[in-house]
Amino acid sequence: MTMELLLSLTSGVFIAGAAAYLGTLMLSKRMAVVAGPLGHLALPGVALALVYGFSISLGAFPFVVLGIVLIWLLEMRTKLPMEALTAIVFAGGVATAFLFLPIDRAEAALVGNILSVGPYETAAAVVLCVLVFIAVNRGYAKIMLINIHEDMARIEGVNVRLYNLLYLGAIAVIVALGVDLVGGLLTAALVAIPAAAARNVSRTLPQYGVVAAAIGIVSAVAGILAATATGLPAGPLVIIASAVIFLATVPFARS
Amino acid sequence: MYMGEALFEVKNFSVTLNHIPIISDLSFKVEECEFLTVLGPNGSGKSVLLKSLLGLLPHEGGLTWRAKPKIGYLPQGLNQASVRDLPLSVADFFALKRVRRAHVPALLAQVGLGEELLTARAGYLSGGEFQRMLVAWVLASDPTILFLDEPTTAVDAAGGETIYSLLNEIWRKRNLTVLNVTHDLNIVYAHSTHVLCLSRFGRRCFGAPREILTPAVLRDLYGAEVKFYTHEGKDAE
Repeated sequence: MTMELLLSLTSGVFIAGAAAYLGTLMLSKRMAVVAGPLGHLALPGVALALVYGFSISLGAFPFVVLGIVLIWLLEMRTKLPMEALTAIVFAGGVATAFLFLPIDRAEAALVGNILSVGPYETAAAVVLCVLVFIAVNRGYAKIMLINIHEDMARIEGVNVRLYNLLYLGAIAVIVALGVDLVGGLLTAALVAIPAAAARNVSRTLPQYGVVAAAIGIVSAVAGILAATATGLPAGPLVIIASAVIFLATVPFARS
Repeated sequence: MYMGEALFEVKNFSVTLNHIPIISDLSFKVEECEFLTVLGPNGSGKSVLLKSLLGLLPHEGGLTWRAKPKIGYLPQGLNQASVRDLPLSVADFFALKRVRRAHVPALLAQVGLGEELLTARAGYLSGGEFQRMLVAWVLASDPTILFLDEPTTAVDAAGGETIYSLLNEIWRKRNLTVLNVTHDLNIVYAHSTHVLCLSRFGRRCFGAPREILTPAVLRDLYGAEVKFYTHEGKDAE
């Protein structure tokens, strides 16, 4: 196995595993679809990173944070449904990115660049994913309770603002890293599909988290290996692998 | 039943939401071990009052607690359908507030539910079972006062009566204070020591149900002829 492949697999496994685990919370809040526009909004940052030659995730991160604040503010001010805001943010992000994104490098922005990830980026991704995993794991019960009934959580002594911030922060980090793995167009799938598949086959919450992370990891390994074997881009293959696993879980879903 | 000193006092209490006054200048006291029912038609501000007392909505005026309360809250609209999407077992639901699995059967038993429900999906319980489980869940942190916001909306009439009988029994056994919001007049007579009525037109009454709920007051409250009856012999003391 080459060093490049080892680095790609390491980054992919950590990013996909953490994204899927976080996804189990996002799915319960019906928020998984929001990771999509955040990925799209990250595109101008990705474009800047490609033009000036620095890390895609580093470029994406501030734009994702901006996107979260923007959606949060717009939702509060306008009370528009999330889908409408999603469309606005999506279009705004893509349009801005294409103003200055060199078209010959668009592929990396749209479908990810995991096969050319460097050692420092891999190390950073591993550390960040471990941190996200620990933070989400510590806050999991409380965030789930907020998802189920925010007022009841508050009365039970949960600091709702703090945990919402933790939750959004984790989303921002995962989306920024996810842009590198599967590109701006597909980050929502990285979060949503393994969680949806895990929901089909899980009966308890601990199972749900573990199965989702496992499906995320298996999809990343399968996608990256398939990409090296075929020369096709890794990002779409990772997502296709998780979609296939999702289809396989459908017969087990409880209607 | 023992009646102690005032657990909390509300004085000149007002709530305004989106520039619309919902409650204005309300004053009343709640004694320890009371079962106070806030009664009124839809839109009279019952739930808003409860939420402002809980600190979930902003208010003006005085709200004084004798000591920091340990509050249990059964919210309106939380039912089995709210968690049907989640792979959440009954044991998982208790784990969300760090109740150990070994302690759950005893908690379930006090609301009349069996241990076999531990591994059942919370979203697939019946309406009555879910509500009972929620009562057990709330009691797990040993509250001294319960806030109930229409706790029986998700169950049928017979199931609702069973839930209230259960709550009444727990209230007596544990010397709890209960603040209950409902639009159901029968609940007031059967289970409450006190009633606070709110109407859409700003009229109020406060006191023991049999003393204050006269036909004239009820007409004022609901704005039309209301058929009512007292449960002789079953009235709250």
